[in-house]
Amino acid sequence: MADITTTAPRAVTNPRATLQDLLPKLVLAPSFAVILIFVYGFIIFTAFLSFSGSKLLPDFSTWVGFGNYVRLFNHPNWITALKNLAIFSVLYIVVCSFIGLALAIFLDQKIRGEGFLRPIYLYPMALSFIVTGVAWKWFLDPGIGLEHVMQSWGWESFSFRWIKEGQMAIYTIVIAAVWQSSGFVMAMFLAGLRGVDNEIIKAAQIDGASTLTIYRRIIIPLMRPVFLSAFVVLAHLAIKSYDLVVAMTDGGPGTATWTPALFMQKFTFGRNEMGMGAASAIIMMMMIFTIIVPYLYSELGGKKK
Amino acid sequence: MSAASQDVATRNSIFARAIIYVVLILFAIYYLLPLYVMVVNSLKPLDEIRQGNMLALPQQWTIAPWLSAWSTAQIGVQPVGLKPYFINSMLMVVPAVAISTMLGALNGYVLTKWRFKGDSIVFGMMLLACFIPFQIVLIPSARILGLTGLAGTITGLVLIHAIYGLGFTTLFFRNYYEAFPTELIRAAQIDGASFFQIFRRILLPSSGPIIVVTVIWQFTNIWNDFLFGSSFSGFNSIPLTVALNNLVNSSTGVKEYNVHFAGAILAALPTLIVYIVSGRYFVRGLMAGAVKG
Amino acid sequence: MSFLKISNLYKNYGQVEILKDINIEIDKGGFLVLVGPSGCGKSTLLNTIAGLEPITSGEISINGNSVAGLHPSKRDIAMVFQSYALYPNMTVAGNIAFGMEIRGVPKDERDKAIKQVSDILQIGHLLDRKPSQLSGGQRQRVAMGRALVRDPQVFLFDEPLSNLDAKLRVDMRTEIKRLHQRMKTTIVYVTHDQIEAMTLASKIAVLKDGMLQQFGTPAEIYNSPANMFVADFMGSPAMNLLNCRLEGGAGGLSVILARPDDQPLALPIKMPNGALDAYSGKEIIFGVRPEALTDPDGADRNAKSIAEGECLIEVVEPAGSDTFAVTKLGGKEVVARLRADAAIHAGQKTKLAFNLDKAVFFDPKSQLRIA
Repeated sequence: MADITTTAPRAVTNPRATLQDLLPKLVLAPSFAVILIFVYGFIIFTAFLSFSGSKLLPDFSTWVGFGNYVRLFNHPNWITALKNLAIFSVLYIVVCSFIGLALAIFLDQKIRGEGFLRPIYLYPMALSFIVTGVAWKWFLDPGIGLEHVMQSWGWESFSFRWIKEGQMAIYTIVIAAVWQSSGFVMAMFLAGLRGVDNEIIKAAQIDGASTLTIYRRIIIPLMRPVFLSAFVVLAHLAIKSYDLVVAMTDGGPGTATWTPALFMQKFTFGRNEMGMGAASAIIMMMMIFTIIVPYLYSELGGKKK
Repeated sequence: MSAASQDVATRNSIFARAIIYVVLILFAIYYLLPLYVMVVNSLKPLDEIRQGNMLALPQQWTIAPWLSAWSTAQIGVQPVGLKPYFINSMLMVVPAVAISTMLGALNGYVLTKWRFKGDSIVFGMMLLACFIPFQIVLIPSARILGLTGLAGTITGLVLIHAIYGLGFTTLFFRNYYEAFPTELIRAAQIDGASFFQIFRRILLPSSGPIIVVTVIWQFTNIWNDFLFGSSFSGFNSIPLTVALNNLVNSSTGVKEYNVHFAGAILAALPTLIVYIVSGRYFVRGLMAGAVKG
Repeated sequence: MSFLKISNLYKNYGQVEILKDINIEIDKGGFLVLVGPSGCGKSTLLNTIAGLEPITSGEISINGNSVAGLHPSKRDIAMVFQSYALYPNMTVAGNIAFGMEIRGVPKDERDKAIKQVSDILQIGHLLDRKPSQLSGGQRQRVAMGRALVRDPQVFLFDEPLSNLDAKLRVDMRTEIKRLHQRMKTTIVYVTHDQIEAMTLASKIAVLKDGMLQQFGTPAEIYNSPANMFVADFMGSPAMNLLNCRLEGGAGGLSVILARPDDQPLALPIKMPNGALDAYSGKEIIFGVRPEALTDPDGADRNAKSIAEGECLIEVVEPAGSDTFAVTKLGGKEVVARLRADAAIHAGQKTKLAFNLDKAVFFDPKSQLRIA
């Protein structure tokens, strides 16, 4: 047998470490450099800004430490934005998941016309949030929309003016957002359902489990990864929510439907509070990373094993 | 999709099945309602919307709102309709999609078939870039565009969209090429094919589906973008989504709902057509974007 | 003068040593089989010969020229992959000619070469098809065609038969052997299947955990395994490796095997090997292949040293051509290979003949062969 202790491995110098060997890295380099600068460099830039006294333009001559963050969390508009984000994201995630799962399970019952229904549930995902916003803005408008329709059908006392009411306006945004995304969640769940091993189900049927029990005890628990994916995608969309709010209410009435993304935009470019705007962006990033980073880590880490 | 778990649906009672169908159809109505409202009311005169019923079919059919939305509606200070902005969007989307898809394909190729030390860190950083809230790059991006003289130009928007789309395009191609047999690359190496020859002759011919998925994904995202468009566009480079929002939310003048609806459909039409023509690939893109790694 | 020579080859991935001090050489026209369990490094070794993976240190030379550091396409080799690695977007003809196309060989020459190779492999009628339209066996032929057309100095085969069903595998094995006899090209062939190794090779290299366990002709590997791993790995059913004690006596050494519920079985060695003397009175490992353990009537008449002993048969497995019997000796299950019509029954005691000419002995600590 080989005696491995006597010969220490010596490195073989490759005489042909030529262009061909470097080429892959050269090809990747521009993209990586761009990502480094435009994503990570810019994050650092914004982080610096958030500690500066920048107003209209970036200004690195005055440093305010955590001043911008203190002002941010004492600002009623930011508090409103956070509250709205909480309401919006909880309802958005829960309702989308519920509708998505229910539709997926129903569609999975050998439904005639599934091929016809599925695209209908999913098409809103192809639309711009601005288009969705326009459609729902006018449909929920008391003057011409749903309220008007009900009243013209003879239900004189019908009233639905949430979009004009500071307390309720955020819920109309939830309605539109759920409309746009729930079909997508349905598609995720449906793919998950179809991926369940048929033999497990057959085994359960032989064990005498009812359809309901099979779903409740076997299939839905098996879909945990899908729930997780749906949660991550929806939470990430919720924190970024901007377009839909702009199109439906532009933050109104008053500041009732401000979200963190809207706050960032309005303070940075509308109110010349660049320092606070940067601080709000950093907070948004931290929120997203708390959700995304562990998820990506587990997904990528799990793959490597 | 295979019908793997459909065996669960053994023998539901007729009553249960009726309920399932009713629920499914009600939801179909819910999803179709806004589209119906938009279409129907874009074909009505304005008076009919204000006096009548949003859900009713037009009594007097007209395409005037469409013509107005396309070419004469007041947007900002100009009565030019959405047409120039539609063109802006096209000019922005096509190169941005082409650049980001091409680079994504090359990146995916390198990251799977020419692995090197630290490649997973590079990929991880590109992947994380997909999820940053773009608010965090708005201020420095505006600075860079200003410094390079690209502020307010379509070129600037193309650049921004291409860069921030790179993460996703790389992800798509990487996951696709990961499953592409490495032995084929090795066989081609033994046959003497170079780095680019392998890409062009071996990988690209097999990349049809993922190219379609990526192009659709990028097209949909960039066409529908509002944040970058509203932040970085200038007088001559405003994309359609921003113009539509200006049209609908302008505080002056009479609210021409029918024109708004026609405009909204115009803005939605390209992505809707893509969805109808290639829905399968659209869904695959969504899934690939959702289930990472 | 050896044609393919691998000397002091090391290969590391980071801190992990994948290959440790590999030394192998074969002559021109030889058929070298690299065999071992999965993860033993045999495919990595093949890839380093191909130039698909760099080596950490050592030397590989083909026909006297060092190829270390050379690009795969410059090594004058051809490779047949486990998955066949046919380019899915090209026709069979395109696949075979791709390498020539890259090298800029003119079209008419390429066509001539395709014709020649497709005649040899009888795939002329498939040339315009895409790989997806071919059966497994046809893909295998095309993959070999792509290798043949290069007319290389060395053919590399990476488990080429493992994706075929059992029957086709045997046919293709014969075909590869016939092809080798006809072309007389040097071949390096990786497999985990020891029967493939035995039938094809002129030389076998057995690897385990990145280390060469034994390098020799099939007969050497089979009859004189260097250690217990090789003895156990090569041959099916595997060699019986039994704990025993060696005892000296008047007539020479005897192998003493413990039996359950019975006296130990003593097998006198009539033709003792000098190397065993030192182990007299010690525990050692006694190795006997199933075919060297038969019913007395079926024992090899030319064998010089045959010992017989009564054994309790626990299981009988008729296999058609032979009958296998399982008994227990030295605390382990032992497989004996009997004639098909041997009259034995489970639960009965039967006399078995041990052909001690073929027996091997291992040191239990070092696991190396003593004799």
